[in-house]
Amino acid sequence: MPRTSRKAGRRHPLATVVLIAIGLVVTGGGYALLSSTTTATADTSATSQETIDEGQKLFAANCATCHGMSLEGTPDGPSLIGVGAAAVNFQVGTGRMPMAMQGPQAMQKPPQFTDEQTAALAAYVASISPGPAIPDPSLLQGDGDATNGGELFRINCAMCHNVHGAGGALTEGKFAPELTGVLPTHIYEAMLTGPQNMPVFNDDNLTPEDKRDIITYLKYLENNPSPGGVELGSLGPVAEGLFAWIFGLGAIIGLMVWLTAKSN
Amino acid sequence: MAHDEVSGPESPASDSSAVETSRGTSTTTVVASDVENPGEPAHRQRVTDTDPKAAKTAQRSVYTLFYLSIAGSVFAIAAYMAFPIENDDVGSVRLNTLFIGIGVALALFGIGLGAVHWAKALMYDKEGIDIRHPVAGTPETRARAVEIFHEADQESGFGRRTLIRNSLIGALIAFPLPGIVLFRGLAPQSEDPAELLSHTMWKKGARLTLDPSGIPVKASDVTIGSVFHIIPEGLNEMPDRLEQKAKAAVLLMRLNPEDLNISPGRESWSYDGIVAYSKICTHVGCPVALYEQQTHHLLCPCHQSTFDVVNECQVIFGPAKRPLPQLPIEVDSEGYLVAQSDFNEPVGPSFWERS
Repeated sequence: MPRTSRKAGRRHPLATVVLIAIGLVVTGGGYALLSSTTTATADTSATSQETIDEGQKLFAANCATCHGMSLEGTPDGPSLIGVGAAAVNFQVGTGRMPMAMQGPQAMQKPPQFTDEQTAALAAYVASISPGPAIPDPSLLQGDGDATNGGELFRINCAMCHNVHGAGGALTEGKFAPELTGVLPTHIYEAMLTGPQNMPVFNDDNLTPEDKRDIITYLKYLENNPSPGGVELGSLGPVAEGLFAWIFGLGAIIGLMVWLTAKSN
Repeated sequence: MAHDEVSGPESPASDSSAVETSRGTSTTTVVASDVENPGEPAHRQRVTDTDPKAAKTAQRSVYTLFYLSIAGSVFAIAAYMAFPIENDDVGSVRLNTLFIGIGVALALFGIGLGAVHWAKALMYDKEGIDIRHPVAGTPETRARAVEIFHEADQESGFGRRTLIRNSLIGALIAFPLPGIVLFRGLAPQSEDPAELLSHTMWKKGARLTLDPSGIPVKASDVTIGSVFHIIPEGLNEMPDRLEQKAKAAVLLMRLNPEDLNISPGRESWSYDGIVAYSKICTHVGCPVALYEQQTHHLLCPCHQSTFDVVNECQVIFGPAKRPLPQLPIEVDSEGYLVAQSDFNEPVGPSFWERS
């Protein structure tokens, strides 16, 4: 009689205990699983005291010579009061800081610190001098409006960085760098903090959505080939003119020599 | 040349005497040369003339080039079908252009190279001379031509009926005049161009708004080191939006107030370190917008004119002659930045009537 035995099983006094036990195991296990993943992400983004201490040590060893022990600046380097985490993440994450030497501008080079060390430095600087924070990843996906981004880029950025983001010269040895191959985080942080001679584009000037659109435009340029053929560095008339003069005229001269030479 | 040949045999004697005269009196004496005119070099035969095998090879290359041309044309048609331009895929434009281009180039170069190679290697190549006939006609034809002119003058009465002739000349002079007047009508009529160039859309109380959205800017939005690209309030609704923008575009920057060197009379033109300058270069009118926030230099991308924002945009390098005009600004009761007036001088490059 399976029917009666099942019924009896459900009514069994121990059934409640078993059900509660099962329920506890499921919710508890689920919670443990969930909390372990959340703490894992929290470790990298949130700022525990441990990270800040780690950052302080790194700062004292690598940055304080020029920027001062309490970020007040020295004759060799500017004050870091009010710069926040975004500026640190940009400058250190792109290898511009620590500088190899004084020059017209800090050069991009392979980063000296790991991502964790950079995050620790950013957390330390942000804890002492709060400022613009590292942008939210939802703004960095390159899924905004590329058309709007293109218009904003041409109005606000193209005069220095070239309409195709190929970079360009400034005064006295300074230059606006190329924007292809730059991480969206770093593009966003550069707009937000205005590193070196780049002006600041705060959220009242270009809203976070505007910045997302500009990143979308740059990533669109990066991922789509130019319909006009080989870009020659996207430098415009200089590169294209040089190519036309050397190879175009060279081909014409070669053909003329062949046309007028006597057959052997 | 004929003279040379004649004097050839007696050259040693005449040569020495010529040298003597040149030493004694002048240096303009023509020295007869004893070098013989070598004449035309002997006709050199081509490999294809002497070696039938080489001729055969040349023939093969010529018809191969023509067949390649046919293949190129067919390839271009096939490429047009195989690599169509897809909507929403700019990469397809590139492939389409590339392959059609290769096909057409092959077709044209095949014909050209084949034809030239044919002519050079295989066609008859002996030099020949066609003597050109004299340009002038015979005396009889020339006399007859003059006669015809006289007859025509007699028959038409062109020289005799001076009233008709002169009125015709007058009509010919007058008929282009409407054209000149019509062309004059293309220039501004009711407006004085100098007046148009001297003023912009900016007026007292006009809000400074963001380019391109037209959102007004508050003084508190402009943080130190910022640069805002500014258009006047209402510009986007203007029928001649672009003409107005070309004169009224402004660059707004905020510096540390202590950094600014302000000359007497301009103390009230800025607000707490916020300054607004015309974006139109005083050299030839490019948009000056390369702002370096640490050196406070403004660079024009066209001819590298550099303006020093700290010193009221004085020119410190490049071909520009005058500093960028400053827009006097203030803050209205709601905290928005507004213009105090128009620019106090014409913006942009020089023009004839500019004092």
